[in-house]
Formats: sequence, structure tokens, C-alpha cells
Amino acid sequence: MADRIADIWGSRTPYGRGGLWPVRVDQALDGGLQEADIDRWVQSACVLCSNGCACDIAVKDGAMVGIRGRAGDLVNHGRLGPKGLFASWQGVSHQDRLTRPMIREHGQLVECSWDTAMGRIVARSQELLRTKGPLSHGFYTSGQLFLEEYYALAVIGKAGIGTPHMDGNTRLCTATAAAALKESFGADGQPGAYEDIDHCDAIFLYGHNMAETQTVLWSRVLDRIAGPDRPKIVCMDPRDTEVARYADVHLALRPGTNLALMHALVREVLQNGWEDSAYLSDHTLGLEDLRKAVEPWTPEAAAETCGVAAADIREAARIFGTSARVLSTVLQGFYQSSQATASACQVNNLHLLRGMLGRPGCGLLQMNGQPTAQNNRECGADGDLPGFRNWENEDHINELAKLWNVDPAIIPHWAPPTHALQIFRYAEQGSIEFLWVSATNPAVSMPQLPRIREILARPELFLVVQDLYLTETAQAADVVLPAAGWGEKAGTFTNADRTVHLSDKAVEPPGEARPDLDIFLDYSRRMDFSTQDGAPLLPWTGPEEAFEAWKECSRGRPCDYSGISYEKLRGGSGIPWPCNDDYPDGRVRLYNDGVFPTDPGYCESYGHDLLTGASIPPTEYKAAAPAGRAFLRSAEYTPPHEEPDQEFPLRYSTGRTAYHFHTRTKTGRSKPLTAAAPKAWVEMAPADCEELGISEGDLVRVSSRRGSIEVPVRVSGIRPGSVFAPFHYGYWDAGGVPGEHPTAANELTLTEWDPVSKQPVFKNAAVRVERIGGATGPAPAPTTTASRPAGATNVPATRGGPDAEASELLAAAAPPQFPGAVNSAGGRS
Amino acid sequence: MNLKIYLGMLRRTEVTLAESFVEVAEGHGEEPDVYFLCLTLARQCLTHQEKLEAVVGRYGEEASDSEPERLHAAGLSQTRSGPVGLLRDLQDLYLLASFVDITWTMVKQAASALRDEELLAVVAECDSQTSTQLKWLQTRMKQAAPQALVAAGE
Ligand code: SF4
Repeated sequence: MADRIADIWGSRTPYGRGGLWPVRVDQALDGGLQEADIDRWVQSACVLCSNGCACDIAVKDGAMVGIRGRAGDLVNHGRLGPKGLFASWQGVSHQDRLTRPMIREHGQLVECSWDTAMGRIVARSQELLRTKGPLSHGFYTSGQLFLEEYYALAVIGKAGIGTPHMDGNTRLCTATAAAALKESFGADGQPGAYEDIDHCDAIFLYGHNMAETQTVLWSRVLDRIAGPDRPKIVCMDPRDTEVARYADVHLALRPGTNLALMHALVREVLQNGWEDSAYLSDHTLGLEDLRKAVEPWTPEAAAETCGVAAADIREAARIFGTSARVLSTVLQGFYQSSQATASACQVNNLHLLRGMLGRPGCGLLQMNGQPTAQNNRECGADGDLPGFRNWENEDHINELAKLWNVDPAIIPHWAPPTHALQIFRYAEQGSIEFLWVSATNPAVSMPQLPRIREILARPELFLVVQDLYLTETAQAADVVLPAAGWGEKAGTFTNADRTVHLSDKAVEPPGEARPDLDIFLDYSRRMDFSTQDGAPLLPWTGPEEAFEAWKECSRGRPCDYSGISYEKLRGGSGIPWPCNDDYPDGRVRLYNDGVFPTDPGYCESYGHDLLTGASIPPTEYKAAAPAGRAFLRSAEYTPPHEEPDQEFPLRYSTGRTAYHFHTRTKTGRSKPLTAAAPKAWVEMAPADCEELGISEGDLVRVSSRRGSIEVPVRVSGIRPGSVFAPFHYGYWDAGGVPGEHPTAANELTLTEWDPVSKQPVFKNAAVRVERIGGATGPAPAPTTTASRPAGATNVPATRGGPDAEASELLAAAAPPQFPGAVNSAGGRS
Repeated sequence: MNLKIYLGMLRRTEVTLAESFVEVAEGHGEEPDVYFLCLTLARQCLTHQEKLEAVVGRYGEEASDSEPERLHAAGLSQTRSGPVGLLRDLQDLYLLASFVDITWTMVKQAASALRDEELLAVVAECDSQTSTQLKWLQTRMKQAAPQALVAAGE
């Protein structure tokens, strides 16, 4: 038995380059239960980060009682991380679950029947459609629903109502990944695969604290590091993360300066002639513009702007330029910082420069934050059209209209779909009067919370919230709908390396809670959304029918699911799309042929100017004649918009800890996870603490121009001048309101977004810190992660104890391999 | 040579455009993208002005009471409010930026005839930025128009 709170990544199973990652099956059963006690195991995958670890849910007497990793899955080879082990079923099977719908009566939420709740929604919806039209409706969904649910929502919004105001909190976590892929390659679609870890000679992590955000993926890296020919590690992160500890080069750059550093890396590669000229001329466009854009950024210039050593920049560039196989992974340090899309595109450019795409070990992973974010992008419940279609391409609109049998004019395609922060702005201004929030908690996760709370509380706004628990957002709702959770409904979802998993239903949802899909279908029926022939727009009765419909929608598009079926997903490994006649078992890597989906008739976007977000006109795009070549896009570096000054002298950024997910609606209900990271904290560097007279555990007030939080300090190894706060700590377990000592990191953040991806800039704000009270003990921050205390201290080490025990079965099976691991049965239709 | 008149006019209109961008940024601070981008673009306009200054001397400064006063393009002196006000203000910026854009084109014609490589280089750099400014304004207006004109309160 291992204490998987103390040991986040579990035991090492070293392997060498080109080898197969050994299997280790991780399992945790409810206290005292043995394997023999389990009635049955139900196939699923974990929904607590974007990694998509395949698992089986243990069921006993109709309840979920445990979990184990699936040995035969290509994603995790049997492993699970602490969140998967301790918060998957535990985060759902909890007494706080909503079991009945609620409506607001005389200012109070009171329980009611489904008929009453849906009746109220439909009455308001119909009235607004009649009097104000579709632009009065907005939908804000999640990165945690299933594919079938997003697709249903997308069809409702785009073909039933006809509103462009649809987005998800995927805007907050993954919008830049999608945007950067579209800008460089013409369409969304992860080029690389996790398997590239097995083959690479170097791994670059750009603002990606993989050790905490995707713990099982990091275990794979750790096993390579422990192997005979460890890959070189280059880490860009202002914090002293676990990744940084293993790094050959750690570029602890100033928050907000990513693009300057990227320019310098690209420039070094070009200066030293490390680029692949033949590849560039055959497969790319825009080399001269790129050269010009990076020209001023010598290592010295970037060193000065970014606050790192020029020699380290040179060394990082040398590793990139001279290693035979480089894997790059990018996440929120880039996506939630200034010039996000431009910075992420420079990573794509580095790979294009060296022609390192589509070959084993030459992976590019523009990562996602949430488990099902990818499906929101594919299905179009966010600001995209289903199947990566291009809203500016009439033919694509007509395809959808034909598929759904509706008038093309109803599909909103006259302007870009409305992004999340703009949806909230319209609600603030009163032009959106109906907002339906599903499976997400903007009252904690959005920037500038004081403002978001005001918007949600507006009496003019009719707010529907569909969730598992009475979240901070649900508390402001007019109608609350109890949704079924993971394990209580069936559906599919796709992880950050395009691997599709089926999550089957293991148990019944509590009380009257219903699957999100059923709720959307019910709304559609009651609203009488229909096709041109008068048939129901959404005729499906369950998830499998929705999936079959989605297959048709995806057919021939980059995210082609037409070869996948529920049957094919059962039993074997998850399947990486595209899966069709050409790739009957899926495709591990994209673009090995150097042909990109940039053809004007096929691409998902005509691209943007990366500085301003200006759309490139279709005529201009067509004139560039991309013909399957990729774009080397770039922008000039501009400093972050809010820089430290005398009043607010420190740089503030937010992020995650390994033990929690999002606003803790699930992980906060797991005993071992909550014990490991019970309450909010901020991290500061020893030098800054000394200057302000702050010691470990002291209570401080951190203030920005927007608001303040009051939390204890962890004196950590963060870059001096920076303050970090985990964003998980809202108020559902503290009376629902900020109270005396507000803790939500987003009280301080700024409402600003990347001009292209529209992802909020969470990682740059100027703040000041004052000590307001003495310590009552060390800060409640884990010691096992980036929040570990600096230097030698007497802070007790984070341990899980008996609640955190999990078994590890080493070498339980031969490592799975593509395509053998995929169930070869079924699929075609 | 009358080119100097156009160069003077262009310089002054870039400044006017910069001031108007700042005006719109401040008048619509509640729209963060408009706020930050207008400030960025205002800086771009001022850079154009400086770049022109470096070459303009060679063609001689025009007298202050000559043509340009009559050819003057007016900027935004105050902004409007609300969603329709934003749209209208962006549209005013669009008109002004179009004026700058076409003026660059005329200057480019003259510079080509003169084979003035230095001026041509300035034109190439600045005019492409002006045309991106126009594209951004159009992108933003297209996004704002349906909501402002159809759904927003009167
Ligand atoms: S790495 Fe992610 S998907 Fe895997 S078990 Fe942990 S939280 Fe779940």
C-alpha cells in the first residue's frame, strides 16, 4: 500500500527511450473492502483533469465504492493520480448532492418538481424569444460534460434558438490551445501524443506544471528520467515547481514576458542554422515575417525583459535546436498570460522550423486543462462550430443545415461566436436576459469576482444553473436543476491527446437528479425545436443515439469519429481520433506527412492578426494559397497591460495545486484531498517576505485594483517579486459569501483577455501585500508540490495517512501498444 | 513638390487618429479589449508619426497656413455611451483610419515615382499596420453590431 497523498506520483517503473512504459495498476477501495467484495467493475475514465486516465469503477450494492486504473489503456497504463483515486466517485457520492430541482420564490430557493422547474424555464425562454429574439439567450457550459451533452447543447443553441452566445469555461482553460492550433495549422487537433514521452530526447514544458496538473503524465516523464537515457528537461515557470526541480534548464521568467522569451528561442534556432530549410520551404508559409519579428530579440534583450540569464536562453535553444526528438507541452503559464496565442504559436513555430511533427518523440502538445474541454471545442457548445467547421465558410454552414435539416439562416454565422467574458458583459448590460449555466461555477472561476457576483445577482437576469451541488453560482440562480454525475450516466469524452473514452453508467443518480443530456433533450422537446419537416430537432432518446448523430457531423472533418462506436470503445483502450476508413483504429499522431488542414475550403479558420485579433479576410487567406502548408505566425512583443507600480508593486498569478480541481466542488468533498490542501494560501519569496516582515503562516491581505483576499502566507521558492494564489478556494463551504476573510484568487484578477483566443489573462495582475495578523501555524499549503516551503523549515510534511492508501500492482500486464490495444471489433457504420 | 503637403497631412492625421484611439479607450473603459487595444494602436500611430518625421525633412516642412488646414481630417473629440455609442465611435475611428490608409497609399505612389527607398520602407511598415487597424475595427464592429442594434435597450 502506498500513501498517494504523500507520494503523488507513486512508485517508479523506469524505462529507456523507445521502450514501452511498464504497467502499474493503481487501485483504491472504500475503507476495508477487498476485491472479492466488489459486485462488478464498470468501465470509465477519470474526469478530474485533461489527461483522461482510463479506469474501472467498483460497484457494490448499487453504490460506487472504489476505482482502479485500466492496465490496457494507452493513456495511463493502469495508473491513477490522487484526484482520480480519491475524488472521482468520492466527489460525486456525497450527502450534499442536489436531489430535486429548485426555483426561486420570494427570494428563496425552494424545491419543486421537474415539471415546475422546466415549465418556468420554458415560459421565460419562449417569452424572451418572442419579445427580444435569440440574442437574449446565452449558454455557458463546461469542460466537464460528455461529448453527447455538448453536441445536444450545440444543436439547441445553433439550430433551435439561433444564438451566437454560447461558450464554456473551456474559454478559461483551453481556448488558446485551440486558437494556436487553428492559427498555425488551419484547424484544431493535437499534433502529438502522450506516447511521444517514450521516444523523445528532450521535453520542453512551457508554463506547464505537469507534475500537478496531469500527475499521471508526469509519472511517465519521471519514469523516463529514472531510466537509462533520461531526456533533457527545460522548464519555463516563475515558480519552483516539481518540474523545475528536474530541469536541466529552468527559465524562471517574469510573468507576462513569455513572448519575448519565445522570440529569443526562435531567433537562436534561426541564427544557428538549426532549422530544416527543406521542410520549411515545402510545408510552411511566412518564414521571412517570422525572422523579422524575432530579429530584435537577442538572448541578452530577452534576458533583460524576462529576468533570466542569457546563457540559459542559449542553452535552452541549443537543446531545442540540436536534440533529435523534442516534445513540447504548453499550458496555463502561457495560455492565461499576456499575448497567449502569439506565445503558443511560437511553440508551434519552433516545431515547424525543425520539421519536428508527427514522428515518434517529436510531439507537440497544446494541452487542455479540463477533462472534456476537447469535446466542447469539437461539438461547438463553445465559440466554435461543430466538427471544426469555419463560421466564415458558407459551405460549412450549409453542411450543418443539411445535417440538421434546418434553414441555414438560423445558424449564427454572421460574426464570431460570442466568448465567455463578452457573454457576461452583455448580461451586465441587460441585453442577455436568459443565461443557462451548466456544470461550471463562474462565481468562483471567472476573473474579477466582485463584478461577476453583481452580474449573476441582477434581478433582470433569468439564471438557470445545472449542477451536482448548490455551488456559489447555483445560489444566485432562478432555477436550479440537479444533474447526474460521473458514474451515474453514460457518455464519451476525449482527452488532450485526442484519445476518446467511454464512461459507462455504474449507479443510479441520487433522488431526482438527471443526466445533463436528458435535461437538454427535455428542454428541446418542451420548446418544440424542430426541423424543416416539423420533426423534432433532437430526436435522440439517449447518449448512444446522440453519439451516432455526432459521428455523422464529424465525418470527413479533422475530428472524424465515424469509425468509433460504443462497442468499439468497450473492453480495449481509448481510441485517438481521427478514426475512419483510413485509420480504422485511430491515429496516434497528426501531420507526419507535413500536410496541414489549411486548404481554404477545409480549414476551421482564416486566421487572425495575433497582436489585435483582427480577422484575416477570406480573400486575403485564399490569396496566400496555403495548399496544405502551415503558417509561421507571430506578433510583436508588448509588455503586460498591468505592470507593478509603487502602489501595487508585486506581480500576481493564479493556478492549481495537485490535490484540487477547479472550485473544489468534487475534490473538496474528498477527505484525503481536503486534508492535504484544506484552505487557501498565497506563496511569496523569502526576500519579499523579509522586506515586508512576514513569516511563514502570517495572515496577509493581498490587494489589487479590483479587490482583496486575506489568507496565510507560504514562504516558498517562487521568483522574487511574484505572488501566487491557488484559485480553488471559493465560499461554498464558508457560508456561500466572501465573509470576513475573502479567499477566492479571482477577487483580484483583471478582466482582460487574449485578443485571439479570448482566454482571460489570469496570470498578470499588480498587487500589494500587507501583514494583518500573526501565524497560528504554518500555511495550509502542501509541502509535496510547488508550494513546498523554501529552505529548511519545521513545516510538517504533507501526508495522507490511512485514508490515502492505494495499492500499486507492478507489471500486472504487458504494456499496451497501438493499435493492438484498441478493440478491433465494431466501429463501422 | 506637393508631396510635402501630403506628408504633413499624414503626420497630423496619424496624431489625430492616435488621440481618437485614446479618447475611445477612455470613453469605453468598461470594454477591456477596446480599452487595451485602442491604447496599443494609439502608440502605433504615434510611432508612424515619428517614422515619418525622420524622412519628411528632406521634402521640407509645409507652411502652417497652406493646404493641409483645408484638408484636415477631424478626430473624435468626445465619445458616446452604451452599446450603440460604442459601435458609432468605432465607426468614426474606422473612417479616420481609412483616411490614413488611403493617404499612405498616395504617399506610396509618390515615393515609388521618386524611387525613394527610405520612404517606401516606412510606408511598407506603417501602412500594413494601418490596414490591420482597419481589420481589427471591422472585426470588433461586426461582433458588436447585432447585439447593439437588435438586442440592446434603446
Ligand atoms: S492524472 Fe488526471 S485523469 Fe489521471 S487520475 Fe489524475 S486527475 Fe484523473
